[in-house]
Amino acid sequence: MTEVLTAVAVVAAIGAVCAAVLLVASKLMFVPVNEKEKLIRDVLPGANCGACGYTGCDGYAKALAEGQTDKTNLCVPGADKVSNDIAQITGLEAADVVEMVATVRCMGDCGKVGKKSQYRGADSCAAAKMLFGGSSQCTYGCLGYGDCQKVCPNGAICIENGVAHVNTRICTGCGLCAKACPQGIIALMEDVDKVLVTCSSKDKGAAVRKICSHGCIACKKCEKNCPTQAVKVENNIAVIDYDKCINCGECAKNCPVGCIMVSDFSGIHRFEAKEE
Amino acid sequence: MLKGLIAIMMTSVLVNNYVLSKFLGICPFLGVSKKTDQAVGMGVSVTFVMLIATAATWPIQHYLLNRFELEYMQTIVFILVIATLVQFVEMVLKKHMPALHKSLGVYLPLITTNCAVLGVTVNNIKDGFNFVESMVNSLGCGLGFLLAMVLFAGVREKMEKADPPESFKGLPITLVAASIVSLAFYGFAGIVENLFA
Repeated sequence: MTEVLTAVAVVAAIGAVCAAVLLVASKLMFVPVNEKEKLIRDVLPGANCGACGYTGCDGYAKALAEGQTDKTNLCVPGADKVSNDIAQITGLEAADVVEMVATVRCMGDCGKVGKKSQYRGADSCAAAKMLFGGSSQCTYGCLGYGDCQKVCPNGAICIENGVAHVNTRICTGCGLCAKACPQGIIALMEDVDKVLVTCSSKDKGAAVRKICSHGCIACKKCEKNCPTQAVKVENNIAVIDYDKCINCGECAKNCPVGCIMVSDFSGIHRFEAKEE
Repeated sequence: MLKGLIAIMMTSVLVNNYVLSKFLGICPFLGVSKKTDQAVGMGVSVTFVMLIATAATWPIQHYLLNRFELEYMQTIVFILVIATLVQFVEMVLKKHMPALHKSLGVYLPLITTNCAVLGVTVNNIKDGFNFVESMVNSLGCGLGFLLAMVLFAGVREKMEKADPPESFKGLPITLVAASIVSLAFYGFAGIVENLFA
């Protein structure tokens, strides 16, 4: 009996000493947390994704509270709502958050590209691609079996005439479709950019022209007409450097096949903000 | 004396490496080894915690538990003491060394109850080390952990560029790589005995 009692007494004593040490330490070492920082931290989503460039939500809240940054729009998952909330707490001006939207880099629908074979298999792009690269004559373009449509959690994608289209008003930029696409022709872009090359073919111009009336033929007209040298033709396809692009649309106006598109790709968050 | 200490140190860093030959502390080894700088932060934190944990648990074992014949309470007492200690150190660092707290801060709570830390303190007692030997052994184990973390982070950074088969992607290929690194460390077996023979 005494053995048990000693054991209980000793362990309880050690526990009590530990508790006392921590209690005293928590009083002595108390570091006051900035009130504003706590408020901002509560507004942030807490995903600690690091998209803001700081070490998690705590880091961003601290930087804002201590005035190291005046940008309220760095939280991408939180989007404009968080930006507005932060602006209210800090008294800074709310800035627009740049969201990502998915875009399909192919416009070669049934009217523009011919079929090279009849495919009667599983209703899936991944399966169709395994049979000679799909039934379409273009081996780069949209296969049209809707793998992207199936994974989209928001129903933002529809297949029209054998080509996937993204409703950017509904798209939240999660990127699942880009991962699901076996052709790799869906990519995320910032919703402030307005110019999009809607072709992914890396074939030479003559070969593209034979099979698709809409494909990039690498004529370099866009390259020549761009005032900021933002367009470059690489691997027989026009590529836009969005850091340089000023959304002027000169490339689209001069494209002989019309595969460069100028449009408003505003995502769902921006749309909501406009409604308000 | 010094020779013995160096032998303990070399043994714990290379031969009896806690991660690669005793398989303790695998969780941070796989979890925080994606980037070299994070691996260094984690390794340094573990070394630090191992040292203070040994400094606290060795006297408790010899002056408290052994005296009251409570050796069987070792595990529970050690866990209690180490957890308190780490919490305490975190508070002290937060107050007096914010810069150090910032760099170690994320890792400290993670290793509160890390089995490598508990393993070092328990093994020090089991191997019958005196206080100085225990501290040297803890330092060696910590450095061994750091070495394993940094080496493996290097391997993983290279692995990012590789294209393994779909079924091997992610954790499986990481475990395969870990086993190969572990095999490489097996080559150190026998070295220390011959060096200090």
